[in-house]
Amino acid sequence: MTSPHTGVLTATRATVAARATDLTKVYGQGETQVVALDQVSVDFRQAEFTAIMGPSGSGKSTLMHCMAGLDAISRGSALIGSTELNGLKDKKLTQLRRDKIGFIFQAFNLLPTLTALENITLPMDIAGRKPDRQWLDQVVQTVGLSGRLKHRPAQLSGGQQQRVAVARALASQPEIIFADEPTGNLDSRSGAEVLGFLRNSVRELGQTVVMVTHDPVAAAYADRVIFLADGRIVDDMADPTADRVLERMKGFDARGRVS
Amino acid sequence: MFRTALRNVLAHKARLLMTVLAVMLGVAFVSGTLVFTSTLSDATQKSSQKGFDGVDVVVQPHRSDAAGTPPGKAPGLSQALLDKAGKVPGAAGATGTVDGFTAIADKKGKLAGNGTSSRGRNYYPGADGKDARFPMTSGTAPKGAHEIALDSGTAEKTGYKVGDTVRLSVDGPVREAKVSGIFTTDDGAVSSGGSLALFDTATAQKLFAAPGEFSEIDVKAAPGTSQDALKAAVDKVLPDTAESVTGQKMADDQAEMIAKSMDSMKTGLLVFAGIALFVGIFIIANTFTMLVAQRTKELALMRAVGASRRQVTRSVLIEAFVVGAVAAVTGLLAGIGIGAGLRALTGALGAVPEGPLVVAPSTVVVSLLVGTVVTVLAAWLPGRRAAKIPPVAAMNSVHAAATTKSLVVRNAIGAVLAGAGIACVLGATAIGADGKGLMALGAGLLLIGVFVLTPLLSRPLIAAAAPVLRAFGISGKLARQNAVRNPRRTAATASALMIGLTLVTGLTVIAGSVQKGVDKMATDALKADYVVGMASMGPLSPDVAAKLAADPQVTASSPLRNAAARIGGETESLTGVDGKAIGELTNLKFTAGSFDGLGTPGSGRAVVDSGTAKQHGWQVGSSFETTFEDGRKGRLTVSGVFEGNDMLRGILLDTSELAPHQKHPTDAQVMVKTKGGASEAAKDALTESLGKNPAIAVQDKKDVSEGIAQMINLMLNMLYGLLAMAVVVAVLGVVNTLAMSVFERSQEIGMLRAIGLDRVGIKRMVRLESLVIALFGGVLGIGLGVFFGWAAGELIGSSMSTYELVLPWGRLGIFLALAAVVGMLAALWPARRAAKLNMLEAIKAE
Repeated sequence: MTSPHTGVLTATRATVAARATDLTKVYGQGETQVVALDQVSVDFRQAEFTAIMGPSGSGKSTLMHCMAGLDAISRGSALIGSTELNGLKDKKLTQLRRDKIGFIFQAFNLLPTLTALENITLPMDIAGRKPDRQWLDQVVQTVGLSGRLKHRPAQLSGGQQQRVAVARALASQPEIIFADEPTGNLDSRSGAEVLGFLRNSVRELGQTVVMVTHDPVAAAYADRVIFLADGRIVDDMADPTADRVLERMKGFDARGRVS
Repeated sequence: MFRTALRNVLAHKARLLMTVLAVMLGVAFVSGTLVFTSTLSDATQKSSQKGFDGVDVVVQPHRSDAAGTPPGKAPGLSQALLDKAGKVPGAAGATGTVDGFTAIADKKGKLAGNGTSSRGRNYYPGADGKDARFPMTSGTAPKGAHEIALDSGTAEKTGYKVGDTVRLSVDGPVREAKVSGIFTTDDGAVSSGGSLALFDTATAQKLFAAPGEFSEIDVKAAPGTSQDALKAAVDKVLPDTAESVTGQKMADDQAEMIAKSMDSMKTGLLVFAGIALFVGIFIIANTFTMLVAQRTKELALMRAVGASRRQVTRSVLIEAFVVGAVAAVTGLLAGIGIGAGLRALTGALGAVPEGPLVVAPSTVVVSLLVGTVVTVLAAWLPGRRAAKIPPVAAMNSVHAAATTKSLVVRNAIGAVLAGAGIACVLGATAIGADGKGLMALGAGLLLIGVFVLTPLLSRPLIAAAAPVLRAFGISGKLARQNAVRNPRRTAATASALMIGLTLVTGLTVIAGSVQKGVDKMATDALKADYVVGMASMGPLSPDVAAKLAADPQVTASSPLRNAAARIGGETESLTGVDGKAIGELTNLKFTAGSFDGLGTPGSGRAVVDSGTAKQHGWQVGSSFETTFEDGRKGRLTVSGVFEGNDMLRGILLDTSELAPHQKHPTDAQVMVKTKGGASEAAKDALTESLGKNPAIAVQDKKDVSEGIAQMINLMLNMLYGLLAMAVVVAVLGVVNTLAMSVFERSQEIGMLRAIGLDRVGIKRMVRLESLVIALFGGVLGIGLGVFFGWAAGELIGSSMSTYELVLPWGRLGIFLALAAVVGMLAALWPARRAAKLNMLEAIKAE
């Protein structure tokens, strides 16, 4: 396995970490059929921080779930590295998530029975791998949890819990990290911290991060924002600022109101 | 409030399923027991009632125990008395009966009938030459010493027809008789599968009593004469040695006896039903505790909008009531089904008389009450806890976890109870036989103490399993942590299983130890190769002893002859033995004196067991006066004192001392030593020389041991069967806890799946948790069971010198394995549910 954090930023810019081609996701059948994703094609480049935005029901979460191997794909293709997800059996898919993908959830989703450190090394414990000690120390230091590794989640604040979750995603050096509204349950200061860590992990460690959010301020931390509406990609913004994103989102609202 | 409670029940149907099942099984056990016993009781009552239909007054031999009268059985009733009784004013006639054990060999030489009842009696023809009680369906009534009539059921089962020759035995020697006729009867013993052979009166009298004697006279009342009036008339002609009873009283007495025996059976079964229900209480309490915890917010909201504490508690209790009522009704129906099934089963085995299924109103009421009351009571504590939820909990996103403070109080109480329990039990073992009450109290306290302490015990005991679980990687680690996550819940679940295993283990330890002790007692003292006796345990003709003594392959033999005597106003039984041979046949430990000189005719010597000696204050050399069966007196001198056992105890003396006083001697058993020692061939030869008789059992030491083992095993297996229900309920409890836990932890499980734990890993995690909980309960139960078994053994040991504690390691291993199997089985469904959980739904923020 290559170590993304040692890679040179500019050289890997062009490499694609994950790619969707004509990705379609349909829920239900017949009359009640809902097309959540309609032939979406998008590349997520390595060592890039991508935010996915869009109004409720636009399919942004579905896109993430399909790309992360959490939900089955109806048609089209989704690649993680060079692995095609469509058609993979549950066992292979689970292995892929375990070895190549990191997750950060809105509700933190830590195991209350495990200490912070045990939560961080959980994916590697599942895989039966020994964590890379040096890398682990670096990650723990980066997210500022050094003094709290023995604590259990109930003894940590929300921000600290989410930092444990971020460390968990980073610790196994996955090819790509998917974050689902990571700041949704946090106050703005803790949220800013977590987003800072995510951006640093991309800038300094060469990690690839894809984040679903509805918060323009959060999206502004990303290198690039993809806008979804009605299951289609409608815009792709590089180097976003909160104001530009907000402006773009207002457009959806207006159009939503008109139609 | 009621509507909300009802909605809650409906909303949590699936989660309440196991609780309903647990209560249902308990109630089904209760109602099944009640239905079965009342059905059986009804049928038996009716059948016995029928037997007394034509009986007005019964005359029976009777002997008062007053000093001065000869000891032993009263003499039979004479023909003269019968004739007199039949002619008293108001009598329409009298019938004489004489009966006893009669084994009929089927065509293969095996005992006919199911062994419950093998009887023979006389055919007493009335004025018309027929006995109205036994109408012949074919052939004629038996006449002479070589004819019998058979009941139609036995004839059908064995295939005997009129004219066939049948081998039979009354007191040992084989007789042959021709079947003269086949008859029907409504005798209760016959309708429930026993065999009945009829002899002519003279033959029956010779076989069962003495020529010219009856054991019972039935006097029929003339029309218009009441039973009481007839009894008064009959009493006038009765000698001292007989008494009369009205048919009604006989029927009533019998009915009462049946009711009593049914009651004790019912009580026995209900105890086990109670255990199953008790186990169920843990499950109900667990379920409602979990439901309340899951609904904290909802309940707090109700409090916030103005519901009082009492209303909250009541809503939980109403919910419990609905659950209990549903479970009780289904349980009642299931119980009626079980009762009907058992009825059909025992009916098919032919062991009980026919009769309709009886569902008494009390059965319905008791079952419904038990189901609902138990459920509501068990939900009472969780209901109280629900009321304590502060309204502000509705606003908090996370409700406070159970504090450890309350466990401190709990542990202190538990430690005190368990400590007091252990002290009582140990105290009781020190006291010995009189410590029963103290031990029961101690056992109860200890059991409750352990229940209370289980949450505390769960951590160290489950931590002990960590090295094993580590082999299963992350699944094992998570399983261990999940198991101790909610110590109360784990404890309640494990306790449910613990109860069953404590009882099973305790009983097994006690039974095994008692078996060893009895076995030792029976075989250690026995030097004889064989013990010959009636298979029915009934009296054996002295002919058998004579025949065996004359057998060339027998080197020594002695009968154990029954004889009654009166010593110092008390009736005692004497045992006649062959004084010369007895020393070679037994290995009794003498505390003083010996068998020496016992066989010298006219010596008047006797050896007694230490218990009897102590009771009378005898020592070697003491002499005492005894009144023999015929009323004559004699003096005996104690020449030895030995330690008695089940087979040999009381007063032993040479048969020659008894012979002048006994008209019809009978033996309990005959001890035999053969030339080559015990062997299959020798046994066959003995059996052969006794005429291949189904009524006689030739047993070597191994057979005696096996007989004891078989009896104890049969009892133990029955208890296992009855306790199985408690274990089944406990399994439901484990399923219940796991299903609830999986439901509560669905978010975590979803996350674990998302970050890469596959389905196998999730399943393994749930299974291991189940295994850990089940084994925890198993270890506690087996440990407690062994302790109780040991303690009870100390009590038994104080009255049984050969008792020694036997720990059946193999069985204990099986019980532990059983607990593991319980854990695996219980996890099947919850593990599958957990593995199938929809990841996306689960990880979604609430």
